Amino acid sequence: MGTTKEWIAMLLAGGEGKRLGFLTSEMAKPALPFGGKYRIIDFALSNCTNSGIDTVGVLTQYQPLILNAHIGIGIPWDLDRKHGGVSILAPFLKYGEEGKWYRGTANAIYQNICFIDKYDPHYVLVLSGDHIYKMDYSLMLKFHKEKQADLTIAVIEVPWNEASRFGIMHTDSEGRITEFQEKPAHPQGNLASMGVYIFGTEILKQYLQADNERAGSGNDFGKDVIPLMLDEGCRIFAYPFQGYWKDVGTIESLWEANLDLLSSENGLDLFDRNWRIYTVNQNQPPHFIAPGAKIENSLANEGCEIFGEVSNSVLFTGVHIGEGTVIKDSVIMTNVRIGRNARIERAIIDENAIIGDECLICSERKDPPEIILVRENMILPENSVIRTTSP
Amino acid sequence: MKDVMGIVNVRIQDDIIRVLTDFRCIASVPFGGRYRLIDFILSSMTNSGVQKVAVFTLHKYRSLMDHLGTGKSWDLNRKEDGLYILPPNVFYYSQTSYPGDIRSFYSQMDFFEHSKQKDVIISPGNLVCNLDLREAIAFHRKSGADVTVFYREDAEYEPDFPWKRKLKVSRNNRVLELEEEPGTLEGNKVLVEIFIMSKLFLLETIENSILNGAGDLFQDVILKDRDKLNIYAYPVRGYFAAINSIKRFYRANMDLLNPAIRQNLFFQPGPIYTKVKDEPSTKYATGSNVFNSLLANGCLVEGTVENSILFRGVKVKKGAFIKDSIIMQKSEIEEDARVEYAILDKEVTVSRGKEIIGRENGPVVIGKRKKL
Repeated sequence: MGTTKEWIAMLLAGGEGKRLGFLTSEMAKPALPFGGKYRIIDFALSNCTNSGIDTVGVLTQYQPLILNAHIGIGIPWDLDRKHGGVSILAPFLKYGEEGKWYRGTANAIYQNICFIDKYDPHYVLVLSGDHIYKMDYSLMLKFHKEKQADLTIAVIEVPWNEASRFGIMHTDSEGRITEFQEKPAHPQGNLASMGVYIFGTEILKQYLQADNERAGSGNDFGKDVIPLMLDEGCRIFAYPFQGYWKDVGTIESLWEANLDLLSSENGLDLFDRNWRIYTVNQNQPPHFIAPGAKIENSLANEGCEIFGEVSNSVLFTGVHIGEGTVIKDSVIMTNVRIGRNARIERAIIDENAIIGDECLICSERKDPPEIILVRENMILPENSVIRTTSP
Repeated sequence: MKDVMGIVNVRIQDDIIRVLTDFRCIASVPFGGRYRLIDFILSSMTNSGVQKVAVFTLHKYRSLMDHLGTGKSWDLNRKEDGLYILPPNVFYYSQTSYPGDIRSFYSQMDFFEHSKQKDVIISPGNLVCNLDLREAIAFHRKSGADVTVFYREDAEYEPDFPWKRKLKVSRNNRVLELEEEPGTLEGNKVLVEIFIMSKLFLLETIENSILNGAGDLFQDVILKDRDKLNIYAYPVRGYFAAINSIKRFYRANMDLLNPAIRQNLFFQPGPIYTKVKDEPSTKYATGSNVFNSLLANGCLVEGTVENSILFRGVKVKKGAFIKDSIIMQKSEIEEDARVEYAILDKEVTVSRGKEIIGRENGPVVIGKRKKL
């Protein structure tokens, strides 16, 4: 084997997550904590490892500090390799040119063609670091080869009322894509792009070049590159995916995705030893459930000390819950300390917040639920009451 | 502390902590939900700034080597120094009886000669503790001792304390008397077999011992020559247990249910490190009932757990009842099974409806991968 790889992954991780409020003020969306111990990007990275991909370029732009620290040299995902492994690809200055930010998803890859060339792969898998799902990309590659496709796009059926948030695909009976609408106002279908693409390397480079030369292009895969390829008659196929897939766009959907993990039929089995989700593990002792505490239908992690009552909730590492406190339908992130006799319902408490004794955090609106977000490092004094997010 | 070498001297203790040491040495016996015994002294050493640790093993060290790996979890995967696992020389292994730790050291003379460290700290591998060794080393250097031994105050009242010898010290902790036969001295200071000495002193001792046939560093050198040597004593403070029996193992685990002990042992003066596993969050089902227990990640709890310690990846099915027990990694307690006063080694299955019940002062121990 020379230096050639069959395939490599390019993972787009620069997303800002505008609708996530404070949660993404200091980190990119892929770095958001999820599921008690993970960050969202762990899913795409673990999928790569489990699918047999050993070379991943992670494209960062927005608030990369936490993401960079999390990924490190890729040890948790076994991506610390002599040849390949994980590389963080941030925007950079080029010789004799002005430095440029990544203008769109396609432009981010275009600016890193030199990285792709270094490995000279037959195929390039383009991923988004924003999504929570378990997927075997090797099956998709097999499909791509069988169809002799220029481009394969993974698709999933989404609820009709959400279709306008996604890139919507229309296919013929062979699964070949005939039409593609990016975030249509009036969707004609509900087959949504998951932002997972497999390209033949040459065709990818050819169209990235073409797109780059086109005046007025937004340099985006969904809006520009894929429509251009369709227009020019490329063979683009839809690879149907079945299973849990979530694009966490809002505080409500982040809350919901966490609570999804509590149902046994969620389709996202994190206990599956054949498809582990890897992350940076914290070094904390086992968690303690005190005499008099109660915990039901919940997730808890190492380092937690639980003296109160917890139901329908997700507790991250090192959470302390005082005596008499009741936590319901909530997501409590790493190292949060909650005093005694507090009550928290339908809330996300961000990392390192301190909630005093007798606090009440519970929105009045249940349907649809209004989720109260308590900011990172916030200190709420005793007897504080928060009933709504609106001021 | 770059100039101090740690030596973890793993002894053969199969006879005293049976079943759990059937397939592993004492240092790799699982403890406290996610640790192995060696983690405590290893973390104490690295938290104190020791950057070179030699682990002397004698037998059944497969699981120990697997656990330690390159030493990464303790930050001991270093270009210079770091972790060295030193199994015995085949020649000695084939002998019928263990010739003593000095022989093990002697077979690694090259290793010692090549080491740049000035002092060594020698500890057994079965201690549950979190020690600040910086202070101990500073004390040793200031005193000018040939050997610093450790001691524990009032240890005679701790049941199953493995060491019985008392010592008497001067005001500045110079050892004035060290019992040859336990029970002859008054006082409350009991010897703990952790030693600090210069590398030079250790090497000279090894060479002399090989000539005069001495085998055991403590018995044949420190104790025998106690009147000739300049010995000082340093106190072991904080939580401390030397695991030398099933009863002590059981009790030390149960001690962790006390929040003050947990806080002290796991965080003060530094954190205890172990090899991490990629287990998901522990999941509590509706109807689960957990009370006064410690659980590691990756458990699935549908039944009842009281006063117990669950290691990573344990499954407790609906109607199962666990009380006053230690359940190790990936064991499974099926529907309506009952486990009380028991220690279940890794991957044990207790079938539906089955009862495993030991006694408070004599917990029942079930070996690895048994299906009951």
